[in-house]
Amino acid sequence: MALDINKIREDFPILKRKVNGNDFVYFDNAATSQKPNIVIDSIVDYYKNYNSNIHRGVHTVSQEATDAYEGARTKIQKHFNVKNSHEIIFTSGTTHSINIVANGFKDLLNKNDEIIISGLEHHSNIVPWQMMAEKNGAKIKVIPINKQGELNMEVYDSILNKNTKLVFVNHVSNALGTINPIKEIIEKAHKVKAAVLIDGAQAASHFKADFQELDVDFYTTSAHKLCGPTGVGILFGKEKWLNKMPPYQGGGEMISDVTFDKTTYADLPHKFEAGTPNVSGAIAFGVALDYLNSLGFDNINLYESSLLKYATKKLKTISGLKIYGDNENKTSVISFNVEGIHAYDIGTLLDKFGIAVRTGQHCAQPIMDHFEIPGTVRVSLAFYNTKKEIDKLYNSLKQAISMLS
Amino acid sequence: MKIKEIQDIIVEEFSLFEDWMQKYEYMIDLGKSIDLIKPTNKIDSNLIDGCQSKLWLYAELKHDKIIYTADSEAIITKGMAAILLRVFSNQTPEDILKADLDYIDQIGLKEHLSPTRANGLVSMIKQMKYYALAYSKK
Repeated sequence: MALDINKIREDFPILKRKVNGNDFVYFDNAATSQKPNIVIDSIVDYYKNYNSNIHRGVHTVSQEATDAYEGARTKIQKHFNVKNSHEIIFTSGTTHSINIVANGFKDLLNKNDEIIISGLEHHSNIVPWQMMAEKNGAKIKVIPINKQGELNMEVYDSILNKNTKLVFVNHVSNALGTINPIKEIIEKAHKVKAAVLIDGAQAASHFKADFQELDVDFYTTSAHKLCGPTGVGILFGKEKWLNKMPPYQGGGEMISDVTFDKTTYADLPHKFEAGTPNVSGAIAFGVALDYLNSLGFDNINLYESSLLKYATKKLKTISGLKIYGDNENKTSVISFNVEGIHAYDIGTLLDKFGIAVRTGQHCAQPIMDHFEIPGTVRVSLAFYNTKKEIDKLYNSLKQAISMLS
Repeated sequence: MKIKEIQDIIVEEFSLFEDWMQKYEYMIDLGKSIDLIKPTNKIDSNLIDGCQSKLWLYAELKHDKIIYTADSEAIITKGMAAILLRVFSNQTPEDILKADLDYIDQIGLKEHLSPTRANGLVSMIKQMKYYALAYSKK
């Protein structure tokens, strides 16, 4: 079933606004997605009608809030085909989730152990491990990338060994949109008994991941990439791993018994959800998933692929324009430069035309170093974008280039 | 010429433009004719923090006046830097310290001087004033 894009666009109030006197064209979807009315309304509805602290209350409204919050967890569990709902931990987002795992492994690893991270990582995926390695002395090894922006799997095979305890890879690269072969990465890691954490921040909005089929140990994503609100995300962890890891933060909800001598930690998922969580955010996350599922991820993927193909073909006709990570296996992201022109200048002028793109290193300096460039212009497309908007980008880009050369 | 007089001239120049494109084309031209920093001064210690594109600034005192030179990888940033240099360069440290930047607002380019903008221009102005402060004490 093809998507009715005009009807879908009606769901997103922000798409109607003007920017610098022009129709707003939002091509910064990899940074954050826009929100449909149904998600925005769910937040308002929560605060207007059943705002209450969850889990501890005996009163009706607290119970309603708890049911909605736990209902969201169940929606997420179903969406990602997770065995137990308590394997889904609500966090403030991907960065928080990664820090929970890095903190957990701080005590589980020692100086002979190794962790592997990919050369396609976002900053937030590198720093927590460096901090962890400073504490326990574990070694960090990196899977390099090739000219197409893909992971060099031969190197992965050669650095994976019995000392490898953890492998961290993003499902999709933030800067280039490359889809990594995570199934293969997980299978190989499991052969040496290493756990695998997948950062799905850039993947979850484009396609559905089945955590049981992937047999992944940890997976994380942020709601705001999926038409949900900012400040909420999930960490999925297999029960056996979550039980092994110590809690990340101390506070309410995460304890079952406290005396001055000893504290007993609560069961999952509460052990990792200290304090009052982002209740409205979690509920709205569930609503966002419902919305995306009502459109269908296969339909979204198909449409975004056609947009990507159209935009790539069109942009390639511009002389001096070079696309990075131009491979078959990627999400709807185009990272490019125009010869002799700085990405910042292009981004500044496109903004004057009402077009929002991202410029710079996209928090992925190692990738930029690999290509020996200071940064790129990144156009990231979503299912509510249109070919007409791509035409506008093409025309505005040509005008910008003529002004800048 | 005094800082205020130069600022008034720039405001008048920009008032002739009918749309943003003309304004930006002019700014790009100004960038091309900036008082370029000498290659020997284009070093990391003269880099301004906080920009997506590299931005270098240098200052020296000649006959009690500060001469600024600059460069940037991005031409629009370079154009904005040129607009700042035109006003502040060849002025006394005392006058530079006293000067305000209302003219940037009047020519409709205030957005480039937002502290959250990743072009480093706010840091550049701060650095220009630091140089003025340092030279005023000599």
